[in-house]
Amino acid sequence: MRSFAFWSLVVAILVYMTLPTIVVLMTSVNPTEILAFPPQGVSFDWYVKALNYRDFQVAFQNGLIVTGCASTLALIVGSAFAWLVQRYQFRGRGLLEAVLWSPLIIPHFTLGFGFLLLGGAFGLQQGYVMIVLAHMVLVMPFVTRAVYVSLSNIDPNLARAAANLGASPFNVLVRIELPLVLPGMAGGWLIAAVLSLTEFTASLYVTGSRTQTLPVAMYNYIREYADPTVSAISAMLIIATTLIMFIADRTFGLRRVLAIDTH
Amino acid sequence: MTQRRPFFVTFLAPAVLTAVILAAALFEVLQYSVRTFIPGSLDVGGLTLDNFVRINRPIYWWVLLDTFYISLLTAIFSLLLSYPVAYALVRAKRDWVRSALVSLSITPLFTGEIVRTFSWMLTLGSDGFVNSILRKLSIIDMPLQLMYTRFGVVVALVQFSMPVMIILLATAIAHVDRDCEKAAANLGASPTAVFWRITLPLTLPGILSGIIVVFAWTMSAFSTPQLIGGGKVLMISNLAYLQGFSVLNLPFAATLSLIALVCALGSLALMKSATGRLEKRLAIN
Repeated sequence: MRSFAFWSLVVAILVYMTLPTIVVLMTSVNPTEILAFPPQGVSFDWYVKALNYRDFQVAFQNGLIVTGCASTLALIVGSAFAWLVQRYQFRGRGLLEAVLWSPLIIPHFTLGFGFLLLGGAFGLQQGYVMIVLAHMVLVMPFVTRAVYVSLSNIDPNLARAAANLGASPFNVLVRIELPLVLPGMAGGWLIAAVLSLTEFTASLYVTGSRTQTLPVAMYNYIREYADPTVSAISAMLIIATTLIMFIADRTFGLRRVLAIDTH
Repeated sequence: MTQRRPFFVTFLAPAVLTAVILAAALFEVLQYSVRTFIPGSLDVGGLTLDNFVRINRPIYWWVLLDTFYISLLTAIFSLLLSYPVAYALVRAKRDWVRSALVSLSITPLFTGEIVRTFSWMLTLGSDGFVNSILRKLSIIDMPLQLMYTRFGVVVALVQFSMPVMIILLATAIAHVDRDCEKAAANLGASPTAVFWRITLPLTLPGILSGIIVVFAWTMSAFSTPQLIGGGKVLMISNLAYLQGFSVLNLPFAATLSLIALVCALGSLALMKSATGRLEKRLAIN
């Protein structure tokens, strides 16, 4: 365990895991068009080009709209559902849970295809409504889980004490329980937002050329051109998501939200 | 009843509505999978089982088999590479080492599949990182063909699946009772024997669920085989996309999507029964 060989092995595996990220960061600041190694200098030309590329600008705005709506809807519906599951036994609960957890297992292309066909049936194909619904369904399990975990950690005596002292159920909910689950809700919302912003496969099915989100625009770019513009976008996304996750971990204890228990 | 269950309907209604929308979307896939394809039209004809009969052709069987094969290879290599990292993550003495290992192994989960796939394209391309380094070191003259091969696809897929595998294995390793290891060591077992005969068997349920989760997850992979496979490596997802968006045979695309869904659900059911049985046996011993 403490042996040199073991730790060398671990380091080698970690190098394999992080190598692509390092390569993408390197090419993004490389001034030459061809993907040359080692880098020939440092330049931010590709960042300028990426930020000024019209398709990426539009796609980023689309992505923000979709992510904002989808993760907020998922937060509201997912929190309410987590509260129900944590508090009540009711008929059909098992079925409802099975359906709402299923996006964790269903292939994203099956789900995306389903929402594409559903949109077609209502004349809403490639529109924001279907994109937001597809994203909401995909990210909701993560919010539900985060809120459920924080609800389970609340001492039930707090709510009982408040009720005994005359607080209405509404007051108990808003003034006792809500403040206590707020960190879980915020953490869940952040995870949902990051997952929605970077979601690709389902988005490829449900978006159109006007409503495409950033990952879809990147995919379309990669298929036509081979220059480091996408490296620059990727580098920005990697840095942004890493920062968000770092802050989320520090603020809300992301490891607890994701239930990564190392002790 | 309503008196004792405040907010029941208010909180239930949006969840039910969401579930109905999701079920409707899945029902559309099911509905299209039993429709007749009308060439040159996006409209579909009457009910038929032809799409399921069509799967019986060798070309489609090969795609299905290839999907299983790639997913199995990915699951096995993911396990072999993740176990040491998970072990180090749980057992590291210093706090900062643990934090660093968690961050390094978990953050890739959140960069999204397009960024990760593109990164591997830069790494594996004929002018990519690996080939450039090998040529600089004069190990090879001609670039190795890594892109558009099954090998390249598996290399990328293994890296994608490792964060999930590491989380599952770390949880299993963290739950191993250290007293069992100490007892074995006191009775004279070498550290290697302790690992192979105590630690590893006790983490078998975690290993099993890791393999099956990664297997199911990889079967639904799309962007990696799409971009790194580049049409040379076809998984069921790529075939479904091809049928839906190039051939415009929506019914057959729906059939393939449905089969992928059934495979994913089947793997999960398999996992539940297998880990359940294993845990029972471990409890008896």
